[in-house]
Amino acid sequence: MTAPEVKPRDVLLSVENVSLSFGGVKAISGVSFDIRKGEIRAIIGPNGAGKTSMLNVINGFYQPQKGTITFKGEPRTKMRPHDAATGGIARTFQNVALFRGMSALDNIMAGRSLKMNKNLFWQLLRYGPAMKEEVAHRRHVEDIIDFLKIQEIRRTPVARLPYGLQKRVELGRALAMEPELLLLDEPMAGMNLEEKEDMSRFILDVNDHYGTTIALIEHDMGVVMDLSDRVVVLDHGLKIADGTPAEVMKNQNVIDAYLGVAH
Amino acid sequence: MDLAYKILIDPFMQMGSAPDLLVQTLWEGLVAGVLYSLIALGFVLIFKASGVFNFAQGIMVVFAALTLVGFHQLGVPAFLALGLTITVMLGLAFTVERVMLRPLVNQPDIILFMATFGLTYFLIGFGEFVFGGNPKKMITADLYLPSGAYDIKMFGGFVSLQKIDIAAAVIVSIMVVVLAIFFQKTRIGRALRAVADSHKAALSVGISLNQIWVVVWFAAGIVALVTGIMWGARSEVSFSLQIIALKALPVLILGGFTSIPGAIVGGLIIGIGEKLGEFYWGPLLGSGIESWLAYVIALIFLLFRPQGLFGDKIIERI
Repeated sequence: MTAPEVKPRDVLLSVENVSLSFGGVKAISGVSFDIRKGEIRAIIGPNGAGKTSMLNVINGFYQPQKGTITFKGEPRTKMRPHDAATGGIARTFQNVALFRGMSALDNIMAGRSLKMNKNLFWQLLRYGPAMKEEVAHRRHVEDIIDFLKIQEIRRTPVARLPYGLQKRVELGRALAMEPELLLLDEPMAGMNLEEKEDMSRFILDVNDHYGTTIALIEHDMGVVMDLSDRVVVLDHGLKIADGTPAEVMKNQNVIDAYLGVAH
Repeated sequence: MDLAYKILIDPFMQMGSAPDLLVQTLWEGLVAGVLYSLIALGFVLIFKASGVFNFAQGIMVVFAALTLVGFHQLGVPAFLALGLTITVMLGLAFTVERVMLRPLVNQPDIILFMATFGLTYFLIGFGEFVFGGNPKKMITADLYLPSGAYDIKMFGGFVSLQKIDIAAAVIVSIMVVVLAIFFQKTRIGRALRAVADSHKAALSVGISLNQIWVVVWFAAGIVALVTGIMWGARSEVSFSLQIIALKALPVLILGGFTSIPGAIVGGLIIGIGEKLGEFYWGPLLGSGIESWLAYVIALIFLLFRPQGLFGDKIIERI
């Protein structure tokens, strides 16, 4: 692990003073942090801390009432999920959101949607440019399938797969977008130890091989400590700590948030 | 004993003794089936892509046909009128997306279903306001659709095939092949299925819901237009035509709401079953068998295959 202080990398995304509320409920209040190019950034916190809301703000599902988000040096005002996807942000969901009726292969191919642009006419004929395009993208998708070691379930409708594999297919779909920033919402929730180890390895490999910047939410502290370069801790919508895993672990606020404060 | 003979044996004796009549009945069933398939197809398209049963499909058929005839009555040449009608259906697709679907993203399916009721009544009112309530004649000849019939000698008798029916069968076949390829094998087709499965996941991979909805409602509009022309050619174009939408229900139940081949096979089974039932068993039960037989056929199939003949397998891990 390189120490970020010694060799500061470019900031890919920065969140400044972001607030989000639903009616009277404040989900996030005045949170700022940044994500640097190439790092694995963990967002942790107790339940209801606003972690998933934060991801939803980053990829445009929610519009924050206050604050600015700067992605690749450009501050953005109003962003829809479609713009986020075009800009290179991919994500997975806390409760797997796959296209349940489709095969694993089709699910991952759907991740290539934005990369494919031959018009409807050629697509209908399945000939010429559209056919070439389909084949080229299929090759890319097969690489991802090999990478995630899910060759044998290619044709299986995803709804039939065990949970761990569904999560892997979902990761594959996000990778198919060739994202610059990958948001993972509890990638290891509900997995057994072996599956967790597999998933950890995939996340590290993605970061290594493709150079993808990753922001992940995770509850398993062991995993967070092993994977992440830096950690931001939220509690009740407020940022209470930010730093390397070791620093964060020693922070009194974090200990209080997780264990409760003596009154 | 006598009744059993009449139900189980006599109709087949009749079939055997007059095979030309049997072929004629089968042909008519086939044609009716093709037309039922066409209506069902409009439903399947929208159901596949949004999980919504579009109650307005029936009135869209009437609306498209009335628009076509209406333009023609204004003195617009037939094929230009056809082009204009297609433009109107595109406009309708954009409007539905903008006004109805976009504000309802991520709402439960039943809300969208209710919205299609609203659309139905809007189109009825708007259509009557613009075109008036009088029945109109479809401009079959101006569109170069054939009329008349081929009489084919067969089994010592005649089988009469209406040319318009043959044209309908050909047109529907082409449409079905194109749509099936479109859904199964193309990027936009994949995106359509993706949207039907999960809005938020589709959004996260950059599929634009707005674009997909316009595409699918436009496709349903085109199907409605073809349906309107074909049905209009057989009777006349009036608002009562929208009840043919009810005919699509047993077809959909039979074929499965999500399957294009299912809509076709379902339509054919219902069409042929209905005609055979009406012709050979109808007299036993009194007439009027046509209005309910389709539902009985659908129910029987449903007992054995709850997801329909070709519907997506219901998969649920427990």
